[in-house]
Amino acid sequence: MVKFVETELQQLRGGVYDMWTLVSSQMELARQAVLGMDRNIARQVIVRERRVDAMELKLDSEVEDFIALYTPVAVDLRFVLAMFKINGDLERIGDYADGIARFVKDSDAAGLDAELAERLQLETMFSTLLIMMDDLRQSLMDEDAARATSVMAMDDTLDAIKAASGDVLVDYARKNIDAMPLCMGLGGVFRKLERAGDHLSNIAEEIVFYIDAKVLKHPDTSEQ
Amino acid sequence: MEKIEARDVNFYYGDFHALKGITMDIPQNKVVAFIGPSGCGKSTFLRLFNRMNDLIPGARLDGKILIDGQDIYAPGTQVDELRKNVGMVFQRPNPFPKSIFENVAYGLKVNGIRDKKFIARRVEESLRGAALWNEVKDKLDASAYALSGGQQQRLCIARAMAVSPSVLLMDEPASALDPISTAKIEELICELRSQVTIVIVTHNMQQASRVSDMTAFFYMGEMVEYDDTRVIFTNPSKEATQNYITGRFG
Repeated sequence: MVKFVETELQQLRGGVYDMWTLVSSQMELARQAVLGMDRNIARQVIVRERRVDAMELKLDSEVEDFIALYTPVAVDLRFVLAMFKINGDLERIGDYADGIARFVKDSDAAGLDAELAERLQLETMFSTLLIMMDDLRQSLMDEDAARATSVMAMDDTLDAIKAASGDVLVDYARKNIDAMPLCMGLGGVFRKLERAGDHLSNIAEEIVFYIDAKVLKHPDTSEQ
Repeated sequence: MEKIEARDVNFYYGDFHALKGITMDIPQNKVVAFIGPSGCGKSTFLRLFNRMNDLIPGARLDGKILIDGQDIYAPGTQVDELRKNVGMVFQRPNPFPKSIFENVAYGLKVNGIRDKKFIARRVEESLRGAALWNEVKDKLDASAYALSGGQQQRLCIARAMAVSPSVLLMDEPASALDPISTAKIEELICELRSQVTIVIVTHNMQQASRVSDMTAFFYMGEMVEYDDTRVIFTNPSKEATQNYITGRFG
């Protein structure tokens, strides 16, 4: 490989890691914002969302340039395609963090009932998501497809917590009619976190595609 | 159906072992690309298919090469008949110092065809087949040397196709041409595949991926990998192939 092409690939990889760090940080701040119903932290997330969008555009442009200039094949092509898709998935996760922050910013609630948060497993929902993000980032750094695949199983935890949250929120709203807007907003938070988990599963699939050239998505229709 | 079959082919230039135990099948009416670094043996292998290496001093072949099931190195094989069936196009266009018409008619005439109407019709068909007719129909008596490099190369393809071969060998046919002429040659390859089996040697990875159905990667006289072109350029099974096509070789 010509050295400058290798350098370009490393720069692209570095850009995706930076995006990853930024989006993880956004989700961590969204967690703090919602658990503490902290509007200041929520505003930080909303302001930084513009950086996520700008970084997405920059990486898209770098991928386009790389394909146009170096016509990659085989593992290089899979890498570039994976980075392109991961970039898009990360940006969507950033959108969900922004959406959660906007809920906090616009909410009138002074705080979150600790017992409600416990019953909802909100902390577990966030921490599972953040662990998935960290593990996937590490699996990409180590080129460890098995680790990426194992992360996909954690998405089931998110789905289960989200599925259970509906009844808890309905029950709480019945008993605390004034908390109806808060409960509806929290329902939206769980939907966003569950969708973020789906995007992380997509990222896991892209990492496996890059490393092993295996297509994991749509197993019933995929040829490979 | 296999058009060309190579069976445990070893080839030597004196003491130098240039091709090592190559076995491969080339299907009929497919385009097969040979890729690999300079000196890997891909052109040597290509030239065995119409016995172009026969007269090289000290050259020796072990193994078998069959075209349409016939061993082309069997005693009694008519080499001129073989070459009529297996045409060849080289890296640099090599038109004869004759008119455009005479270049294409040459193969027909040396094969004893005297019917002028037939020759004229076949020349036109061949030039049309080589996507050159519209550019030269009004100057068929002009010297072939008056054509551009890309036109000369298409003329050489027309000359090869005039005698209705069933195999066309191409040794880096577009490496001396500009991108537009290269595109015309590549289009031509795609069109000709319905009539002939094409084996092309190329150093241009994109060209191999664009025009071929199957690709063989050669290295140091060995055929490292031979597979569907899509597989070779997306997920080759051998690390050496991946290193070569991604430019990490060596």
